Amino acid sequence: MKALAASRRHRLAPVVLLLLALILTGVAYSAVTSEPATAQTASQEEIEEGEALFRSNCSTCHGLDAQGTDLAPSLVGVGAASVHFQVSTGRMPMANNSPQAERKDPQMNEEQTAALAAYVASLGPGPAIPSADQVDPEQGNAANGMELFRANCSMCHNAVGAGGALTEGKVAPPLDEATPTQIWEALRTGPQSMPIFNEAAITDQGARDVIAYVMEQREVDPGGISLGNLGPVSEGFWVWIVGIGGLIGLAVWIGARSS
Amino acid sequence: MSTNRPSEELTSTAGAHASDVPERFVDPGLEPHPVRLADRSPEGAKRVERQVVGVLLISILASIGGIVGFFLIPVGTTLMDVRLSTLVLGLGLGLGMLGIGVAAVHWAKALMENAERVEKRKPVLSSPEVREEAVEQLTTGIEESGIARRPVLKGALVGAAALAPLPFVVPLVGGLSETWDVNKFRHTAWGDVPDGTGGRLPDGTMGRRLATDPEGRPIRAADVTIGSAFAVIPHGLPDEENYLEEKAKAVVFMTRIDPNELTVSPERRDWSYDGIIAYSKVCTHVGCPVALYEQQTHHLLCPCHQSTFDLANEAAVVFGPAKRALPQLPITVDTEGYLVARSDFHEPVGPSFWERER
Repeated sequence: MKALAASRRHRLAPVVLLLLALILTGVAYSAVTSEPATAQTASQEEIEEGEALFRSNCSTCHGLDAQGTDLAPSLVGVGAASVHFQVSTGRMPMANNSPQAERKDPQMNEEQTAALAAYVASLGPGPAIPSADQVDPEQGNAANGMELFRANCSMCHNAVGAGGALTEGKVAPPLDEATPTQIWEALRTGPQSMPIFNEAAITDQGARDVIAYVMEQREVDPGGISLGNLGPVSEGFWVWIVGIGGLIGLAVWIGARSS
Repeated sequence: MSTNRPSEELTSTAGAHASDVPERFVDPGLEPHPVRLADRSPEGAKRVERQVVGVLLISILASIGGIVGFFLIPVGTTLMDVRLSTLVLGLGLGLGMLGIGVAAVHWAKALMENAERVEKRKPVLSSPEVREEAVEQLTTGIEESGIARRPVLKGALVGAAALAPLPFVVPLVGGLSETWDVNKFRHTAWGDVPDGTGGRLPDGTMGRRLATDPEGRPIRAADVTIGSAFAVIPHGLPDEENYLEEKAKAVVFMTRIDPNELTVSPERRDWSYDGIIAYSKVCTHVGCPVALYEQQTHHLLCPCHQSTFDLANEAAVVFGPAKRALPQLPITVDTEGYLVARSDFHEPVGPSFWERER
């Protein structure tokens, strides 16, 4: 204690104290402030790598500075979540100019996707890639998720997420391959035909609930063969072709003469 | 015979083949009796018997298997167990019954005596004496009852018989609906503002707040960003009587479209708020929930019959069997920034009904 008391009058003491106070304030500030939209720690190198990838893979349609062209929209302000959704599901880069970008094997690996997302996020603020905590199905209530899904999602994506048709060749895709992160990103960014469901429409807890419900649909179906869960059309085909066909076969056998 | 003439003309015009066709077809009689394997030799019969027994054995084994499966597979631990248990029970029951049927058919076809026998039809007509007696009895009965001579009695009987089923029919038809007041369709929960569910408009009137479905959180205008979609119900509706019936009429789809892309007719100028528009979610065709929204085209689709409404053009029908545009809910913001309904819908929601004006 004596050494500390003696050093109080050291001429460097105010500087040390000032530094300590600054560090403390900085740490406290970062602890209390909520994560901003572009809180993903994107280093300058990552953004530059993303920019290079963007120039070579995306700029033909989206423009050299992502400002958009006649072919594709501007990406300023769409956020990292949108980029991560489109690229990690393989929808972008688009294979051909079809009514809708279809899910396919992703062309970029996880690092490249993150770099692209960091670059686009640096152009303007938008929804960030969610944390693992935000999309954890374990923290969601699947029963509440079902109610939200029924009111907001099931019209297009079917009651169990098997997907459905829209107009002019567009479809609402099945949700059986989407990861929790991708479901969250689709909700918040509204890719392609899908409208945006923001925090006012479906809260962060609500998004977890929806994710929990969708994940639960992937468990084994207690009803046996689901026939794609597409409803009366596929089930009707099954009944008419296999069921009635079998009955006709049996009737022919009953009426045929025995040898 | 005159009735034969058309067929004769037909045969004469048929040309070279006409001579092959006989004047009248003769009854070909019974087909020759087929000799089956089981009829030819005792070994053949034995073989068919073994086949039938084999199929019955499969049936027995399947039934036993189903029962054993019921005890061996515990239900309730995982969904896979439920599925497996159902499958084993179903296979046991199905194969058990199908086996009996297949064995019975095969037995009857291949082993049972199958010699053809002819049994002549019995005449349907009774003898003239029996018929005359029956007519006589009926005439005497009518005469003795006096129903022809006593018209009041006849009328009373017909009246009683006609009224008797009504105590059964009237409650059945009457119970289809609590009231037959079609004006119910002209009113939804948006027209009422119970305490605590509304917001005050700048002009001092109250309007019912718009809330999210199903949680019922009031929605601020600032939260409705362009392209975002909201399933909307009246604020506080879940606490009201007949919640589901009222919700079925009052459900609304809300989104925000860039005001420059909206077509707004002069009388609806104050029905939307800065591009935020709200339309009834009940299809005007047969009442399915219309909520497949394509935010790029502003088209709202009905999942039942693909009626398509253009939200940027006051929900006009652009495709499908619906005949009328979706009714628009006039909305604005209250003094606290929440979205509220200015009034109820200005026309009945949902499909057409008889008393509707158009």
